Amino acid sequence: MTVELGHFALVLALALSIIQAVLPVLGARRNDDRMMAVAVPASFTVFALIALSFAALTSAHVLSDFSVQNVFENSHSQKPLLYKFTGVWGNHEGSMLLWVLILSFFTALVAFFGNNLPPTLKANVLGVQAWIGSAFLLFIVGTSNPFARLNPAPIEGQDLNPILQDIGLAIHPPMLYLGYVGFSVCFSFAVAALIDGRIDAAWARWVRPWTLTAWIFLTGGIAMGSYWAYYELGWGGWWFWDPVENASFMPWLAGTALLHSALVMEKRSALKIWTVLLAILTFSLSLLGTFLVRSGVLTSVHTFATDPGRGLFILAILVLFIGGSLALFAWRAQTLAPGGLFQPISREGALVFNNLFLTTAAATVLIGTLYPLLLESLTGEKISVGAPFFNLTFGPLMIPLLAAVPFGPLLAWKRGDILAVAQRLMTAFFVALLVVAFVLYKTSASGVLAAFGIGLAVWLMLGAVTDLSLKAGIGKTSLRGMAQRIMGLPRSVFGTTFAHFGLGITLLGIVATTTFATESVLVMKPGDGIRAGGYTLRFDRVDAVKGSNYTEDQGKFTILNDEGQPVTDLVSAKRFFPVRKMQTTEAGIKTFMFSQLYVSLGDAAKDGGIVVRIWWKPLVTLIWLGGVVMMIGGGMSLLDRRLRIGAPAKSKLGKPRPARAIS
Amino acid sequence: MTRKQKRLSVIGGGLFVLAVAAALVLFALQQKIAFFRMPSDIQTSDVESESRFRLGGLVEKGSVVRGDGTRISFSVTDHVKSVPVTYDGILPDLFREDQGVVIEGKFMPGGAFVADSVLAKHDENYMPKEVADSLKAKGVWQGGSKQ
Repeated sequence: MTVELGHFALVLALALSIIQAVLPVLGARRNDDRMMAVAVPASFTVFALIALSFAALTSAHVLSDFSVQNVFENSHSQKPLLYKFTGVWGNHEGSMLLWVLILSFFTALVAFFGNNLPPTLKANVLGVQAWIGSAFLLFIVGTSNPFARLNPAPIEGQDLNPILQDIGLAIHPPMLYLGYVGFSVCFSFAVAALIDGRIDAAWARWVRPWTLTAWIFLTGGIAMGSYWAYYELGWGGWWFWDPVENASFMPWLAGTALLHSALVMEKRSALKIWTVLLAILTFSLSLLGTFLVRSGVLTSVHTFATDPGRGLFILAILVLFIGGSLALFAWRAQTLAPGGLFQPISREGALVFNNLFLTTAAATVLIGTLYPLLLESLTGEKISVGAPFFNLTFGPLMIPLLAAVPFGPLLAWKRGDILAVAQRLMTAFFVALLVVAFVLYKTSASGVLAAFGIGLAVWLMLGAVTDLSLKAGIGKTSLRGMAQRIMGLPRSVFGTTFAHFGLGITLLGIVATTTFATESVLVMKPGDGIRAGGYTLRFDRVDAVKGSNYTEDQGKFTILNDEGQPVTDLVSAKRFFPVRKMQTTEAGIKTFMFSQLYVSLGDAAKDGGIVVRIWWKPLVTLIWLGGVVMMIGGGMSLLDRRLRIGAPAKSKLGKPRPARAIS
Repeated sequence: MTRKQKRLSVIGGGLFVLAVAAALVLFALQQKIAFFRMPSDIQTSDVESESRFRLGGLVEKGSVVRGDGTRISFSVTDHVKSVPVTYDGILPDLFREDQGVVIEGKFMPGGAFVADSVLAKHDENYMPKEVADSLKAKGVWQGGSKQ
C-alpha cells in the first residue's frame, strides 16, 4: 500500500511539474500575475510529493519488502540497517529518484528565498526548473519505475553490491547530486534571463549564492568519492581519470569558472554574455555526467544494470536541454546589453585569465572522455584514454593558472599595477624558491618535478596568506589594529583566502604522494617484518571472522617504531559476500600526521605465506583536507552579508529597484 | 591602449591558449592512448613494435599458475587464440578463471606479454564491456545471466 502511494505521488508530481513548466512561463509573457503565481505553491507541492515518494521507497527498503523488484535486487534481510537506508540510492531507479528529489528541493528553495526577485524572472526560473524536473520525472515513471512489484514475492533479496556497502554511499552520492543538480538553478536563471532578454549586475548577485552552494557540495562530493575509491578498492590510488570521475570533474571546472566570472559581472557589470553561457555549459556538463554514468555507455561500479531504452531517453533529454539552451543563447544573446570594457591588467583581467584556463582545461577533459566513445561508435576501434593523456594535456594548462592565482586577489579592479603586486608577493616567492632548493638538495636530481610542484603549492598557500595579511594592513598598524581590520573585512575575503589556500594544500598532497610514495609487494609469513616510511610493519597472523552478511579473513599486523616498540595495530582484510559471491578488499590504513600507511591483502601464496601490498603515502590526506578547506572557503563567501542583503529589495511600489548602472 | 587594441590583445591571448591546448591534445591523442585488442586480433606488428596496449579476453581455465612470491602467470583467451601473460603483483578481487579480464602491458622480445596492470573495471557480471562486446561479436559468449 505504501509502495503504491509512493508511485501515485510520483505520477502526481509529474503532472503538477508539467503544469508548473507551462503556466508561469506563459504568464510571464502575458504579464498575467495569476498564472505566474502558480509557480511558488507548485514548487512546494512537487517537492512534498517527491519527498513522499522517496519516503515510500525508503520504507520498502528498510522493511525489506522483497515484493518490490528494486528492493529484491538490491537488498537482503541480513544487510546492516545503515545500508538499508543508503541502498535506496545504491541502484539505478533509486538514484534517479534522489536526483529529482534534490532538484525539486532546490526549486522549492528558490521559491522560498526568491521573494525579492522580479516576478517575471522568478516565474521563468521556476518554470525552467520544472522543465528539467518534468523531463526527469517522465524518465523515471516511463523507464525506471522504482516501485515495480514482483509476483510471487521472493523470500530473500539479492543483496547490495558489496563495494557499495560502505559509509561512503551515505555521503558521496547525495553530496555529488547536491552539486550537480545545484547548478540547475544557475542554468534556469540563465535561460530565464535569455527569455526575458534582460540581465544586469543584480542577476549575478542572485546567481552567485546558488553557484557557490552547488560548488561547495560538488567539491565535497568529488573529494569524498576520491577518498572512498582510495580506501575501498584496495589499490591505493585516489584518482584514475576514469570517465565517471571526469564526468564529475568537468562541471567542477566549469562551475569554478562560473564562480569567478559571476564575480566580475556582479562587481563590474562586465562579462555578462559569457557568464550566461558558462551557466548553461556548467549544467550541460552536469547533464552529460548524468548521461555518461546512468545510460550504460560506460561500465563501472556507478553503472547499475541498464537497458538501452534508458540510455536513449537520457540522450534525448541531453540533446533537448543542451541543444535547446544553446540555440536560445545564439538567438537571444544579442538582446542582452553588452558589458563594460576593462584593462587587461586588472582584477577583471585576472578573472578572465582564470576563466580561459579553466574552460580550456575542462574542454581537454571533455575530449579525453568522449573521444574513445566517439571513435568506437564511428570506427569500432576501441582505445583507452588514461592518465598519460591527461597528464600531458590537463597538467600543462594548470601550471600557468596555479602560478597566477596569488596575483588575482591583489590586483585592483579596472586598472591594476602588476609590478606593485609582484613586489608585495616577493616574500612568498622567495620562500617558495627556498623550498624548491631544499627539496632539490634532499632528493638530488630525481626530484626536479616534485621540487617545483611543492614550490608551486607553497607559493599558492603563502600567496593566500599574503593577500589576507596585506588587507589586514600588516606593517601599517599595530597588532591590535590589524585584529580590528581583520574583523571588519568582508567574509568573502576570507572565502578567497581559504579556497586558494586549500588549493595549495591539495596540490601539496598530490605532488608529495605521487612522487615520494613507496610501494612494496611481497609474500609475508607470520613474524615477517618490512620497513615502510620510518616504521616496521610486522605480520602476526590471519583470523577468520564472521560478519553480518559476509565472512572475512583478517590479516593482523603490528607497527613498530625504530626502537622496535609496538606503536599500534593494523588490520587488513579480505571480505567474502556469499549472496553475490563477491570478494572485497578492506584495506588496513593507519594515519601518521598527514601521511598514511596502507596495507592490502592479496591471495595466499603456495609456500604458506600471504601476498601483501604495502604503501607508504606521504601527506596523502592533504589531498582531501585541501578539499575541505576549499569548502570552508566557499561557505564563508556564502555567509557574506553583501550576498544576503545586497540584492535589491522590493520597493514600496512592488517593483524592483533598478540594478546598478549598466555600462 | 585603444578599445580595439585591448579587445585584440584579450582575443589574441585566448586564441593562443586554445592553440596550445589543441596542439597538446592532438599530440597526446597520437602518443598517449592505448589500443584494445583481443588475442585473435593481435598482429605480428603489435608483438614486434613493443607498443603498449590493452588485451582483453577470458582468463583461460586451468592456466593460472602462481610462481615464487607475487609472480603469477595465466593465459588470456577468446577461444580462438590465447596469449600467455606474466604479472607481478596483487590481482584484483574480481579476477577469476573463465571470467573476463582486461590487462595493460606490452610484448617483450620473445613474445611473452608482460602486464603492468590488471584492471578490475567490471560490473557485477564479471565481464568488462569491451570484452563482452568483442566476445559477442565473435559469437563465443552470449551475455551475462542477468541481462
